[in-house]
Amino acid sequence: MTDQLLPLLGVGVVVIGFLARINPLLVIAVAAAVSGWAAHMGLVEVISAFGKAFNDSRYVSAIWLVLPVIGLLERAGLQERARTLIGRVRTATTGRLLLFYLLVRQVTAALGLTSLGGHAQMVRPLVAPMAEAAAEAKLGKISDRVRYLIRAHTAAADNIGLFFGEDIFIAIGSILLIKGFLEQEGIIVEPLQLSLWAIPTAIIAFLIHGTRLFLLDRKLAREAAKDQAKKMEGAA
Amino acid sequence: MIGLEAVYIIAGLFFVAVSILSIGDRSNKRSSGNALFWALLAASFLFGSHLSDFQNGLLVLAIVLLGGLGALDKSHPQTTTPEQRRESAARRGNALFIPALIIPAVAVFGTLVIKGISINDVPLIEAKNVTLVSLTFGALLALIVAMLWLRPPALAPLNEGRRLVDTIGWAALLPQMLASLGAVFALAHVGEAVGLIATRHMPLEDAFVVVAVYCIGMALFTAIMGNAFAAFPVMTAAIGLPLLIHKFGGDPAIVGAVGMLSGFCGTLTTPMAANFNMVPAALLELPDRDGVIKIQIPTAIPLLVCNIVLMYVLLFVM
Repeated sequence: MTDQLLPLLGVGVVVIGFLARINPLLVIAVAAAVSGWAAHMGLVEVISAFGKAFNDSRYVSAIWLVLPVIGLLERAGLQERARTLIGRVRTATTGRLLLFYLLVRQVTAALGLTSLGGHAQMVRPLVAPMAEAAAEAKLGKISDRVRYLIRAHTAAADNIGLFFGEDIFIAIGSILLIKGFLEQEGIIVEPLQLSLWAIPTAIIAFLIHGTRLFLLDRKLAREAAKDQAKKMEGAA
Repeated sequence: MIGLEAVYIIAGLFFVAVSILSIGDRSNKRSSGNALFWALLAASFLFGSHLSDFQNGLLVLAIVLLGGLGALDKSHPQTTTPEQRRESAARRGNALFIPALIIPAVAVFGTLVIKGISINDVPLIEAKNVTLVSLTFGALLALIVAMLWLRPPALAPLNEGRRLVDTIGWAALLPQMLASLGAVFALAHVGEAVGLIATRHMPLEDAFVVVAVYCIGMALFTAIMGNAFAAFPVMTAAIGLPLLIHKFGGDPAIVGAVGMLSGFCGTLTTPMAANFNMVPAALLELPDRDGVIKIQIPTAIPLLVCNIVLMYVLLFVM
């Protein structure tokens, strides 16, 4: 019995490594070695298994092919243009902008258009500069602390919109996985049933995160005021 | 048929260029570390399909050691000044958005339209990779349009790409590394071990408790593995199927759908989901690499609680 639980040591390595803030690449390599050892795999076998898995998952890193054109457009002022554009919309605030982005991301993902967003293609070059500019239009110059908070919120809106939208689309990987797994156990479910039962959670996710974004402008104003107070203190 | 191999060759060539441009870069004290790191990744993309598993493994080990022991640093290739960017943005206006929007437009067009096109019964694009291949085409098309329109120096796209990829640094490989770790964990039967723990010592008589254990287990296991896909078969085989579906007679579609989404709550909270949580922190140049996770946790926890209540109500009350 304990023998069966031994591979969990690899999980322990990951948890401790991440908490101790050791470089994740090293943590992952050690975790793979430990789990492999616990499962009676030899060193060559573990290295080969990891090499094969790494080679098979190269598609994960192929996304970086968008970087040359994104960098080229940044060089020509894409982020600055995104700022100007949002600055012209008087009613735009960081919270409203991100709420709108969350909605669009969720709805398009639900229609299967998951590649419409993304951190490299959409968040860094477009949405984050817009969200920052909207805050600057309302609050004046913002501190780095507030700027990072806004950027992190932009990335979060992209993730939450994607996760709780895509499962409504019938041909997405997770739905097919559920269907495939249940089918192996002799239970037939239709993808449409699965996507329908994803809708309540999608709505709740939008309500919870949307409320937070709705309140974000006030929070940013508070944080900016705190920065101001600190600055005054420093001056005095 | 155009498949992943074509994408890999293009990506490999990009990393070759990044590596060559890194050599002797005076703006970066560790330029040779960068050059070697990206060269090894280029080798993986260009030759990985022809190397043995063990050779690929040694390649990864070298990459891990370089990235893990701090052999890389940020580079500062020559780019435009903030003033030049503002001037260019004002002059070129909203047309600047067009190349950026070509990428998702082509990706979506490819997924919806090209997917169905075959020549002599051979599909134009390998069906299961249509999104990635289309995304690559989108990026290339956008690059061509931007080059023709903006007329930057010939090496500008490669140098700008290098600027961004060096901003991300070794974290650029984290998603791929974690996907590989997941595969090794599967070989070592880590999932089964977690399932054993989840089912032992748990009072599993009350339906509500079982629903809660299943949903929280999905979230926790997803957080550990970084991926709800890895957690779903294990937790569902251990708890969802024998207890919720067979013993209590719950609707499998509800168990599956809400269970998976409970896993997604876990994805929001973990550095293991690197491409969603760690990579954007690097891309957005946040000083705190957990910055995105800290924003997401206050949404993930109440959403998980709602999922538990929702699953219980849908299964056993309505």
